Amino acid sequence: MDGSTLVSPSAEVIAPQRPARPFSPWLEAWRRFRRHRLALASTVVLLLMILAIALGPFVWKVAINDIDFAARMQTPSWSHPLGTDDLGQDLLARMLYGGRISLAVGLSAMFVAMTLGTVIGATAGMSRGWVGPALIWLTDLFLSLPALPLLQLVIYLFRDSLKAAFGLEGGVFVMIVVVIGGLRWMPVARLVRAQFLSLREKEFVEAARALGASKLRQVVRHILPNALGPVLVAATIDVAAAIIAESTLSFLGLGFPPDIPTWGRILYDAKDYLDIAPHWALFPGAAIFLTVLTINFIGDGLRDALDPRKVM
Amino acid sequence: MTGPLLRVKDLTKNFQVGGGFLSRGADVVHAVDRVSFEIAPGETLGLVGESGSGKSTTGRCILRLIEPTAGEVWFEGHEVTALDAAAFRALCRDMQIIFQDPFASLNPRMTVGAIIGEALTIHNLAPTKRAFTDRVVELLETVGLQAEHMRRYPHEFSGGQRQRIGIARALAVEPKLIVCDEPVSALDVSIQAQVINLLEDLQQKFGLTYLFIAHDLSVVEHISKRVAVMYLGRIVEIASARDLYATPLHPYTEALLSAVPVTDPKARRKRIVLQGEVPSPMHPPSGCHFHTRCPIRKLPLCSTEVPPLEQKRDGHWAACHLRS
Repeated sequence: MDGSTLVSPSAEVIAPQRPARPFSPWLEAWRRFRRHRLALASTVVLLLMILAIALGPFVWKVAINDIDFAARMQTPSWSHPLGTDDLGQDLLARMLYGGRISLAVGLSAMFVAMTLGTVIGATAGMSRGWVGPALIWLTDLFLSLPALPLLQLVIYLFRDSLKAAFGLEGGVFVMIVVVIGGLRWMPVARLVRAQFLSLREKEFVEAARALGASKLRQVVRHILPNALGPVLVAATIDVAAAIIAESTLSFLGLGFPPDIPTWGRILYDAKDYLDIAPHWALFPGAAIFLTVLTINFIGDGLRDALDPRKVM
Repeated sequence: MTGPLLRVKDLTKNFQVGGGFLSRGADVVHAVDRVSFEIAPGETLGLVGESGSGKSTTGRCILRLIEPTAGEVWFEGHEVTALDAAAFRALCRDMQIIFQDPFASLNPRMTVGAIIGEALTIHNLAPTKRAFTDRVVELLETVGLQAEHMRRYPHEFSGGQRQRIGIARALAVEPKLIVCDEPVSALDVSIQAQVINLLEDLQQKFGLTYLFIAHDLSVVEHISKRVAVMYLGRIVEIASARDLYATPLHPYTEALLSAVPVTDPKARRKRIVLQGEVPSPMHPPSGCHFHTRCPIRKLPLCSTEVPPLEQKRDGHWAACHLRS
């Protein structure tokens, strides 16, 4: 077992005395998170990126669709810090604008996938009748669906009605989030179910049952917090996957309209000019990479900080 | 108070093994087979048997942590197995359990205070935050821990301390009956004594009744007033601790007792070594479950007829065709 010490009479009180300080589990988790250097640095970097895409367009006031054929595919310079694309549009402006969409899509799709996966996995893991197997069949069914053709079909079918409901950008955003989230919940569901199946038989859950805890209380207080570690890691990976999936959709021309820049879209447009204008692909690529990397590190840090057994 | 606090009648639990969708026929494990006993208020009944004899399952069935297949459990005149959810939750205040594994029985992500205080929240026993803290501190001190321990997490404690936390959690609802499911089996011998003494002190202080499950006969002898011996899901003998240890009637009990180590190295006594292994509870032997290993068996009687649990002497019950 984890860090257990065999006891002897003299060792009955082994926990060292600590100075008194205000105590709350969240404060404690934050204190532990701060010790995780990489996660802390990643948080700072990610916050800076979010700050940049949130405030950047107000500082860097170049229009995203300002076409200037005199300045096509320029390398970074003072007038265009990240260079320009084949239409002479300023890449910094397009990156700042596109980052809003990419990050929003990534985080929202992750949230959808996590929520769906956790709810379905938890239900499957707690049920003792036919519901559990039925949900797992459903999960396997979704896992066996080929994602890309399905995405194309869904987008073909629903693009227009969603556009009517939420406007052009909003409609595409909702559709992409739902589609990506709706096709990425299965691994989470299986993960959560497996955790639940083993945790629900643990003696501390039995103890809660013996105390008269309702099923909801057992799940929320006892099972879910102990199942969340792997889910958190899966979540951070999912943000990355969602950003890349959005890129793929844009790449295939199924995402946002071509004149709306996202990191994925910029990358797609740049692919034909890799040899003449590598900077064009480099910056959106680096932005996606940095986002994915920082979110992964933050996930690691969170997992460790929320686990009181980890010595930090 | 008259009458027993807990009365178990013909309690049976079968587990289905395998037999999922599309598979041929399921096997059934007969974990508990028509077990009956009573516990008087303030008494300690020891329940002994080797691994797989169904003693833990019996304890969990009483609390309905496992739904029994058949049989009745009466607690203070209420049929436990027939209660609806609300009435059962109320009953949780009267019956509690202490677990064997002090590492698995505490939620690693809750502070000790939250673990002990959970019952107070569930049953609304602490109206204010202040009352909550006071009660948790009181419980901690009752089991020999300190108030400052409530902010710590279970992994910061030793096995013995964790077991004390488990006991405090069970005490939070002021129960009448505590099922102690091998509470000291996972502990060092020196700590075992401390925890047993604590349990005895608490029994005196709060008038608790224990169902004490163990596989260690000397531990059971120390704490129990009466002892029941289980073999393959059935009770084979039940008697006062003194009678059972001095004059065991069932040959299985005799064999068990002969295996207890004696502290005097010069003392010699006859060891009864049983032949073979415990049969599988999936296919228990016919008749008396023990007949395949019994040194005094008489065939075909023992292999065809189930011996009833009869009162052979005053207060001394045994299930054997041959002993009287």
